[in-house]
Amino acid sequence: MTRRAVGPERPLNPREKAIVVGASSGIGAALVQALAQRGATVAAVARSTDQLEAVCEGANAAAGERRAFPYAHDVTNFDEIPELFQRIVEEIGGLDLIVYVAGIQPPVAPDEYNFEKDAAMVGVNLLGAIAWLNNAAKRFKRTGGGQIVGISSISGDRGRAAFPAYHTSKGGLNIYLESLRNRLSRHGVTVTTIKPGFVNTRLLENADKTFWVISPEEAASQIVEAVEQKKQVAYVPGRWRWVSLVIQMIPSFIFRRLNL
Amino acid sequence: MSQVINNVFKAVGGQNGRRQAEESGTRWQPPAGRLEPVMAWGGASGSASYVYRPSTVEALREVFAVARRSGLTVGFRGGGNSYGDAALNNENVLVDFRRMNRILAWDPVSGQICVEPGVTLAQLWQYVLEDGWWPPVVTGTMKITIGGGAAMNVHGKNAWKMGPIGDHIIAFDLMLPSGEIITCSREENADVFYAAIGGFGMLGAFTSLTLRMKRIYSGLLEVDALASPNLAHMMAYFERHLDDSDYLVGWIDAFGSGESLGRGQIHRATYLAEGEDANAHETIRLSEQQIPETVMGLFPKMWLPIFMRPFYNNLGWRAVCWAKYMSSRVMEGTEGVRHRQPHAHFHFLLDAIPFKKAYGPGGIIQYQAFIPAERAPETMKRLLRMGQTHGIPNYLSVLKRHRPDPFLMTHGLNGYSLAMDFKITEGNRARVRQLAREMDEVVLGAGGRFYFAKDSTLRPEVVRRFLGQETVDAFCALKARCDPEGLIETNLWRRLFVGA
Repeated sequence: MTRRAVGPERPLNPREKAIVVGASSGIGAALVQALAQRGATVAAVARSTDQLEAVCEGANAAAGERRAFPYAHDVTNFDEIPELFQRIVEEIGGLDLIVYVAGIQPPVAPDEYNFEKDAAMVGVNLLGAIAWLNNAAKRFKRTGGGQIVGISSISGDRGRAAFPAYHTSKGGLNIYLESLRNRLSRHGVTVTTIKPGFVNTRLLENADKTFWVISPEEAASQIVEAVEQKKQVAYVPGRWRWVSLVIQMIPSFIFRRLNL
Repeated sequence: MSQVINNVFKAVGGQNGRRQAEESGTRWQPPAGRLEPVMAWGGASGSASYVYRPSTVEALREVFAVARRSGLTVGFRGGGNSYGDAALNNENVLVDFRRMNRILAWDPVSGQICVEPGVTLAQLWQYVLEDGWWPPVVTGTMKITIGGGAAMNVHGKNAWKMGPIGDHIIAFDLMLPSGEIITCSREENADVFYAAIGGFGMLGAFTSLTLRMKRIYSGLLEVDALASPNLAHMMAYFERHLDDSDYLVGWIDAFGSGESLGRGQIHRATYLAEGEDANAHETIRLSEQQIPETVMGLFPKMWLPIFMRPFYNNLGWRAVCWAKYMSSRVMEGTEGVRHRQPHAHFHFLLDAIPFKKAYGPGGIIQYQAFIPAERAPETMKRLLRMGQTHGIPNYLSVLKRHRPDPFLMTHGLNGYSLAMDFKITEGNRARVRQLAREMDEVVLGAGGRFYFAKDSTLRPEVVRRFLGQETVDAFCALKARCDPEGLIETNLWRRLFVGA
């Protein structure tokens, strides 16, 4: 009767169950790999089926058994999310962790004001996150546990001149996650905001100037560590915390004159 | 990209669309509001289920229908006192029977009682006691339900004499997933009778059960308590007193080694015959059975776990067990001391002291092995030594004597059982798993059996070996007949029988 993708529960061999949304490339793909390596059952959600299946196959081959399961879905198809969420949870037999990674950053010229691009960024980076994580929040509150992780960005800490809508989407995501944390921590739920610096993914192609670039695998391993430690907010790598602190402290009358 | 914007509005209206699909359509979404975390009694595992608490037979029938429409399986839960995953059904429907808790008929002349499945053992004994009756089989906790007790075919400290609870069930009504109710007894639907008792809820749901109580003539038991210097002494004492005792139970200090391997304390009890208790009309009052809420009249028992927790490690617990044994040795000796004790005090030790809370967040599991009498001495010594050499001694071991019974999936045999509690931590899970695997081989080698109410560690192949493939096949055939859709499942069923 039960539609189950995984084997039975074993009381002394509990399996962590995780969903990674935005799993076909970059940090998401590396996270699927890292979580499966740790023994978790992972539902990998992404739009591009081919890449997604390759990611899952890679993770399963490395783990030596089926631990990653592909689910094709476009995060901006908001109305299919509640049912897909329910189906995934049933098929992987529960849920302990959800990581929202999906994010886009199309190139934006300094004087460009393109609503379609902006709406797409807000749709994928913020509304998709809200649509997915609302479901997880509702469930985790009822089950009295679980961890919600949003991959935001250092870009969410300050509105720079370069990418108004991108900064908005990540800033909004930070606030959304903070609100979730304030709603749910009293119910035993951990909400973790991850703020990566520059990570060598597709998003970096359109970044203006980069330094301290790390690989997606390195980012994923640091994210998994932050998840294990049940951190509230974690910069990846950690030194970005200090950069961000300085940037946040620059008064606006100086910040708006800088070329940041 | 304006599609994104459109999707936002679609999502807002989407809820209605989904509801329409549900009403017209193929599959219901399980009701999120029913989702609850449910733990195994031992606290070492748990999962989330859609929990229903029907109070009538009609409502129970409706639960099956809802589950069917939602494409979910249904598991049953009584008092939730199974140590492992027997009353869990993760991400599916779980029926909690505790609201179907009416006593339907009681005849104080014959001692026959008819109850709904959610009636607890506490309700039962308190209901019949003052009429001069006591349940013939009681467990170490009175929080179990009679339905759950029948499904697991539970036993007590008199298992060699009175057998499991199934031996005292006259008949029951069983609701099949189709909604049909069948009556089962030794004469009617006998195959289902012998398989549903001890069938851990896989054939259907009990809707009423008729049991026979045991006549008693006092509210007190005559109890002997004595120290036992080793396992051989304890078993010899058991064998010597099988005929003249009503209850026999041994506590074993699992840290004892060498000559002292299996040392511990024995409690033996007998009913008082008519006239032996001059104050019987007083002692049989419910008020005389109240379990004291303080230790030595001083501090509340609820505080005990807080004081015990620092000792719940190998070193601390070794000291506690040694102290317990030595105090028994000094105060009771191997000859023992005799005293009279109310029934409830003697039986419900698990309720008197909340041991479980002392174990910490990782919880406990219990490993209970049933060994034929002739192989029991050496096998149990070996099991005790295995825990010691693996560095995971069990913290509470209990020895009981058993007899065979006619139920299909039984754990009963002519022999002994050793129940061992293991504290579970994040770090020792894999080691306990390995120890359990090795103990499985020893138990199987001795022709032993296992008990689903306690199990957390068995594997399908071990179950097939102790029950025999024929028994497993017979049970699966009965299940296919009672539940052709395969609607009833639990975590334990999926772990041990699916694909077996």
